[in-house]
Amino acid sequence: MASPRQRAARWRYVQYAVLVAVVLTVALVADWGQLQRAFWNWELVKEQFPRVLTIALKNTLIYTACGFAFGLVLGLVLALMRLSSVGPYRWIATGVIELFRGLPALVVFIALSVGFRLAFPAYEIPFGNLGIVTLALGLVGGAYMAETIRAGIQAVPKGQMEAARSLGMSHGRAMISVVVPQAFRIILPPLTNELILLTKDSSLVYILGLSLSGYELTKFGREGMNSASNLTPIIVIALCYLLITVPLSIVVRRMESRSERAR
Amino acid sequence: MTTDRITDRTTAAIDVQDLHKYFGANEVLKGIDFHVGTGQVVCVIGPSGSGKSTLLRCVNMLEVPTSGKIFVAGEEITDRDADVDQLRARIGMVFQQFNLFPHMTVLRNLTIAQEKVKGRKKDEAVEIARTTLAKVGLSEKESAYPAHLSGGQSQRVAIARALAMSPDMMLFDEPTSALDPELVGDVLAVMKDLAAEGMTMMVVTHEMGFAREVGDNLVFMDDGVIVEEGDPREVLANPRHERTQLFLSKVL
Repeated sequence: MASPRQRAARWRYVQYAVLVAVVLTVALVADWGQLQRAFWNWELVKEQFPRVLTIALKNTLIYTACGFAFGLVLGLVLALMRLSSVGPYRWIATGVIELFRGLPALVVFIALSVGFRLAFPAYEIPFGNLGIVTLALGLVGGAYMAETIRAGIQAVPKGQMEAARSLGMSHGRAMISVVVPQAFRIILPPLTNELILLTKDSSLVYILGLSLSGYELTKFGREGMNSASNLTPIIVIALCYLLITVPLSIVVRRMESRSERAR
Repeated sequence: MTTDRITDRTTAAIDVQDLHKYFGANEVLKGIDFHVGTGQVVCVIGPSGSGKSTLLRCVNMLEVPTSGKIFVAGEEITDRDADVDQLRARIGMVFQQFNLFPHMTVLRNLTIAQEKVKGRKKDEAVEIARTTLAKVGLSEKESAYPAHLSGGQSQRVAIARALAMSPDMMLFDEPTSALDPELVGDVLAVMKDLAAEGMTMMVVTHEMGFAREVGDNLVFMDDGVIVEEGDPREVLANPRHERTQLFLSKVL
């Protein structure tokens, strides 16, 4: 009979063996030439630059940043409304959150672009497409973030609010100066998630029918793919998405460990 | 209401009249009359669940009384139209769990309410904060974050934070109960200094030594009522009431 430790060691070897087998099989069996022709045509890769950066990446960043900024403010307002002692505020916030969390982002985009024009023909959403993107992404993101922020606020120990109130701060002042800053530290990881999701949701702008200067990464990649009948442009924009999200994760991890030290 | 009582009320720092407090169906304060004269140190003792912390928290309206009146520095804080925030700014409070703001430096902990509530200029607030920190012996910690302080240091910073508001009186809610035994002395020393300067203090505590040495009056509470009160030395040495005797026999 093998001892438990020997059995654990044997099991570990089995796991390594499986891993090596899978990697080798993929490496040997896959038709790399075929793959490269379809996904990584160097000529096409070069063709994507510099516009994939100067137009597509730039637009994705702008759309996401505007949507996130609006969503964050909206989320905070909705969260505070959810926690309000005034009943109607709570009901309205709950309604807005449930609505925009439940609707697919695409539907919100269509509703804002088409619906708004039909409902208010005399008015226009300011800043054109950027305004619509900001509103749509902000509404969807804000509805999600509201619940995260609310949970963060409730995770701040009750004594913090009491200490602030005992010093004469009003409820609102205590929220702004004491509770909310601590809540944001707690919810930094889920907020990063939301930002990454919004980065990808920003691809839905295509529904607005953009001109080239408004293309973001996904639209840019699809146009490139269609005109070249090759998947290379998609791979290039995929890497651009990672270029946004991976550094973002690293920065947030740094921030987390720093605020951990200040705790 | 006699004239005598009214004069009393205006000179009293804290005057609690027939205070009742329910948590749901549970009555935790069953008609409390309680009084702290200006410049007095009143200690409140009693078993846990006796309502002593609730009484203290009612004084600055962290708990809203179910019925009864509370006057603080001559103003009725329980009045519907009272400016509770403005009154709280004049009542310092120290918590068992310190409740320092962890995302701010020690100095910022002391200045934020001075600026946002009292409207003091930044320079003035910083100067007052530094003076107050020096008083509790923690000048060198002004740029530290609360996470880097010991329990005793945290509580002294918490006292300094309350004092920086230049309050008329101080409330202490079991200020040493969360501390390691060897750190209790530093905090009590600060409180003794404060009492010697003539600060009006209401102290909920288990420190009988402090009550005996510093207290002008000792109140024993049990089951939501004040069972016995009087000169601390007298009450501790010769408790008249059976419940007081039983409690003291357990803690002394």
